Amino acid sequence: MEFPKDLKYTKEHEWVKVDGSIATVGITDYAQDSLGDVVYVELPQEGGSVTKNEPFGVVESVKAVSDLYSPVSGSVAEVNDAIIDSPEVINDDPYGDAWMIRVEVHSPNDLSDLLSAEEYQKYIEEEK
Amino acid sequence: MSMNGAKGLLLEEPVIFEKSSPGRTGVEPASFDVPEADIEGIIPKQMLRGAIEGFPDVSEMDIVRHYTRLSQWNFGVDSGFYPLGSCTMKYNPKVNEEAARLPGFAMLHPYEPEELTQGALQLMYELENYLAEISGMDAVTLQPSAGAHGELCGLLAISAYFKDKGRPRTKVIIPDTAHGTNPASSHLAGFKVVPVKSEGRGVLSLDAIKGVMDRDVAALMLTNPNTIGLFERNIKEIADFVHKKGGFVYCDGANLNALMGIIKLGELGVDVIQFNLHKTFSTPHGGGGPGSGPVGVKKALAPYLPVPRIKKTRSKYSLDFNRPKSIGRMKAFYGNFSIMVRAYSYIRRMGAEGLKRASETAILNANYIKENLKGTYHLPYDEPCMHECVFSDKYQLGSGVATMDIAKRLIDYGFHPPTVYFPLVVHGAIMIEPTETETLETLDKFIVAMKAIAEEAKTSPQALKDAPANTKVQRVDETKAAREPILRWRKG
Repeated sequence: MEFPKDLKYTKEHEWVKVDGSIATVGITDYAQDSLGDVVYVELPQEGGSVTKNEPFGVVESVKAVSDLYSPVSGSVAEVNDAIIDSPEVINDDPYGDAWMIRVEVHSPNDLSDLLSAEEYQKYIEEEK
Repeated sequence: MSMNGAKGLLLEEPVIFEKSSPGRTGVEPASFDVPEADIEGIIPKQMLRGAIEGFPDVSEMDIVRHYTRLSQWNFGVDSGFYPLGSCTMKYNPKVNEEAARLPGFAMLHPYEPEELTQGALQLMYELENYLAEISGMDAVTLQPSAGAHGELCGLLAISAYFKDKGRPRTKVIIPDTAHGTNPASSHLAGFKVVPVKSEGRGVLSLDAIKGVMDRDVAALMLTNPNTIGLFERNIKEIADFVHKKGGFVYCDGANLNALMGIIKLGELGVDVIQFNLHKTFSTPHGGGGPGSGPVGVKKALAPYLPVPRIKKTRSKYSLDFNRPKSIGRMKAFYGNFSIMVRAYSYIRRMGAEGLKRASETAILNANYIKENLKGTYHLPYDEPCMHECVFSDKYQLGSGVATMDIAKRLIDYGFHPPTVYFPLVVHGAIMIEPTETETLETLDKFIVAMKAIAEEAKTSPQALKDAPANTKVQRVDETKAAREPILRWRKG
C-alpha cells in the first residue's frame, strides 16, 4: 500500500495535495482497499462550499456506504465528474485520476493539523 | 455429522415473457351475457393503454411451473437456518397465516363502515396496547409500513413537538453502533446527524454524549442492544442527561428480540421506539413482506402520532381523525393490516411468559455460538452478548480468505450466510443472529460448518474463493451488478 510523501492525510482517510491556495482532495489507498470495489460516488457542485471535518460527498462500495469528510474549508473550484461515471478509478488510481474535488482554501491554518504520510501510516497500523 | 448442503436437480427456467406463445391462455372466461360495449366509447382515449409490450400468453401449468422452479432456486427460513444478524429471521409460525386468512380479516375492505369492522379495530387497538405494554410506552401507532418508515414517523413526531413548543431543534445524535437506517431517517426528517463513537468495550459512554449534547439536539437515536449485539448498559444515565437538556431518546427497536419480557425500554428512559413486526413478532420478512413498523411513544409525543388513531369508548371502537397536532398520515388507510393480524396471533399464542422465554433463548443461542466459535474466528468484543454476536475475518486474512469467501462457502454447507461487513465499526464483520427458533442440533451443525470452513481457509483457500459450488448460480459479479444494473426485461 502506498502513501505518497508529498500528500497530507486525515484520520477519516482522505488525502490532500496543496498547491498555493488550492487543495486537491481524494481518498487514500487504505480507504479504497477497505471499501472494496467502489460502485457509486456523490460529489458536491462546483461553486458550492465545503466545511472542514464535515461531509462533502458519499462513496459507496459493494460492502458499505461512507461519508467523505472535507479536510479543509473553502469553495469548490473543480469537481472530477469523470469518476462519477467510472467509480472503479477510485480503486485503480486513488492518488491520481481519482482525485475528487479541488477546493479554494479560505484559511491556510486548516492545513496545520493534517497528518504526514508517516503519521497517517502509524495511525492506520494502530486502527487495525 | 452429515451436513445440510447437498447437490440436487434444479430445472432451468427462462423469464416468463420468453415462455409466451401467441394465443395460449390459462383460463377461458365465460361468454358475455351482456352486450359488449366499445371501450373507446366509455373511457377517454388518452387514458387507454393499448397494447402491453411482451405481455406473456401462457397456460396455467406454465405459470405454476415457472414460479415453483424459481422458488426452488431460493433459500428461505422455511428451507433452512438463516442467521442474518440484525434481521431476526425467526421462523414464521403457520398459525399466523391461518389467522390472517380468516375471511373476516382477509376480505375486509378499508372503506367498510365502523359498525362492520369492530373486530378488526379491536384487534388493532389491542395490538397497540400489547406493544405499549412490552415496551413501556404510553401510545402506539400501527401505521408505518416498515422499520425505517417507523423511524421517520417517530422522528417527525419529535420534530413536530419542538416546532409546536416554538423552539425547533435541528440535530440528532447517532452512535457508530446504530443501525444504518438511523442517519438516513434523521436526514429525511430534516435533522442534521451528529455522529458519536462508542467507547472501547463497544458501548456508549455518558461522557461521549456530554461532549455533543446541547440545546439544538432534538434526540439521541440509539439501538439497544446495539449492532455489536451488546447491551447499552449506560442507557439510563445517558437518557437522564439527554432529558435534562430537553431532548428525547429514540431507541431503534430492531433488536427488541433480545429484550421482550425482560426489560421495558420505557423504564430506561426511552421516549420513542419502533417495532419491526417482521423481525421480533414473526411476520414474513425479507422480500416476502410486507413489513410493518409500529411506533410507540411516551405521553408528551402522543398528540403528534399519525391519524387516524383508534379510539375505544365503552365497547365501541372508532377511528379518530380529530387530532390537530398530528403529523398527518404516514400511509394510505391504516397500515399493513394483515401483518398486524399475524403479529397479534404471535403475541396471543406466546403469552407474556412465552415472549420472555423467546428473548432468553435468543440470547442463550447467540452466546452458545459465540463461545463455540471464539477460538476459531476473531471476536473483537469478548463480552457476554445479547441476541447476536459479531466475529471478523482477522484470523483468516493471512491465507487470503476474507469474510465474503467465508459467507459464500457457508451456502455450500446448506446455511444462509450471516450479515457481512456490518456493523462498520468491525472490519470484515460476520454478524450472526441464530434466533430462538433453532434447535441445538442446528446450532451444532452450523458450528461444525464454520469450523470446517476455517480449516479449509488454511488447507484449501481456493475452495472458499470459488464458493459457492453447489448452487445453481455460482459467485456472481456484485460489482458489475451495482455499476451496470439491468433493472427491467426488454424484448430481445
